[in-house]
Amino acid sequence: MQSETSSNSMIQRVLQMSNDSTAKTLIVALVLCLVCSVFVSAAAVILKPLQEANKARDLKNNILSVAGLQDIVAKAGQNYEQMSIADKFKFIETRIVDLRTGEYADDIDAESFDLRQAARDPQLSAVLDRDKDRAGIGRRPHYAPVYLVKDGEQVRDVVIPIYGKGLWSTLYGFLSLRSGELTVQGISFYDQKETPGLGGEVENPTWQATFKGKLAYDEQGKPRLSLVKGGVDPNNAAAVYQVDALSGATLTSRGVTNLLQFWLGESGFGTFLHKHFSTAG
Amino acid sequence: MSHEIKGTLTDPLVNNNPIAFQVLGICSALAVTTTLTTALIMSLSLTVVTAFSNFFISLLRNQIPSNIRIIVQMIVIASLVIVVDQLLQAFAYSTSKQLSVFVGLIITNCIVLGRAEAFAMQNPPVASFLDGIGNGLGYSLILVSVGTIRELFGSGSLLGIQILPLIKDGGWYQPIGIMLLPPSAFFIIGLLIWALRTWKPSQQEAPSYSILERTENT
Repeated sequence: MQSETSSNSMIQRVLQMSNDSTAKTLIVALVLCLVCSVFVSAAAVILKPLQEANKARDLKNNILSVAGLQDIVAKAGQNYEQMSIADKFKFIETRIVDLRTGEYADDIDAESFDLRQAARDPQLSAVLDRDKDRAGIGRRPHYAPVYLVKDGEQVRDVVIPIYGKGLWSTLYGFLSLRSGELTVQGISFYDQKETPGLGGEVENPTWQATFKGKLAYDEQGKPRLSLVKGGVDPNNAAAVYQVDALSGATLTSRGVTNLLQFWLGESGFGTFLHKHFSTAG
Repeated sequence: MSHEIKGTLTDPLVNNNPIAFQVLGICSALAVTTTLTTALIMSLSLTVVTAFSNFFISLLRNQIPSNIRIIVQMIVIASLVIVVDQLLQAFAYSTSKQLSVFVGLIITNCIVLGRAEAFAMQNPPVASFLDGIGNGLGYSLILVSVGTIRELFGSGSLLGIQILPLIKDGGWYQPIGIMLLPPSAFFIIGLLIWALRTWKPSQQEAPSYSILERTENT
């Protein structure tokens, strides 16, 4: 009771101080910053679970958008539109790959593996040489998840995570390849901060659809998939590897080419894909 | 009193519209109006931020030291914007991805700071709150009109629902490409201001200088 009145009188004193005194200025600034920071942190902490759930759902939706499960689901006699995300994921097997050897690393739990965290962890990643680091990512994780789209017992498509620097930001996405010839089935980007309307068009589904059917590798097993400026010339023999670049976004397009070739190359999933899924060479 | 409240709320819609009359907050009006959904969410966010920042600043107005007044206003506004951004990420994830940086940029929107400085510093909290809502609605009115025009003629749809069937989907409508680019918003806002000032000539500003009919060589 005693302390309450004394603290009340202190507040009174502060309120009655001249607004332009140094003490009042400092007190107002300090109290306001404290109150606002509590307010902002509370919002961030309370909403975090919801935001994480949204992100996880968005990630899974992106995997599904390149996986092209519709016909497999229809063959199994189920309705794709009415299925939950979890049910759709019953057709997809998630496994971890050791990028150094190109073999599966089944001792790592695929459910809890976080690629972005692994890429930062010195135990789980290594610094890339400057000349190998085409995607501009600095460190390459030793392990990465792959999503195997299964048609019965057969693996029909392999979905690999891809990421790398564009113009302003790191682009994160997925690339789906058909087992055998390794033709592209789909590509998507779920996290990027490129210029809206220009580089940001990497999220445009119409442009993403132009990747379908392109070959990722040439006959020697070299990654060739790339974006070209000025439109793909269908008479060119290389057209099977080429996709139109985004107009007005030269640097984002270059970034996309680089990250595709990095993740398809030897430092990325190249060894793994050739070992397990390629019928060529 | 009730007359005054109505005035605080409706004045910014037409007579004192923040975009069309005060010509504030143009940058976000160009950026987020390619589709109606983003325009609506942006309008809602800005209205909420302006109303609450006005309210809190008005509560504090007798205690704010005048030499750090702008900083205090910015802290209140920035905190509110972060909270709105967090809420959008939690409850409207896909729209928040489309709005990307523009929600964060509400902090620098001249309307919010302008109302805090011009109205909330001199008026009681409830009136300031209503003034914030009114100005937010004035901003929304222009944003939604521009968003409607741009989405309808640029993509042939409204709120993502196809209204005009596109030629590429077998319909008859050829979308106007420029509608999806920022300059079109400039043209539309310009035409809106022209229409508004023709309807209400009192909004026309006196020219700040006049060109002499004939200038003599000296």
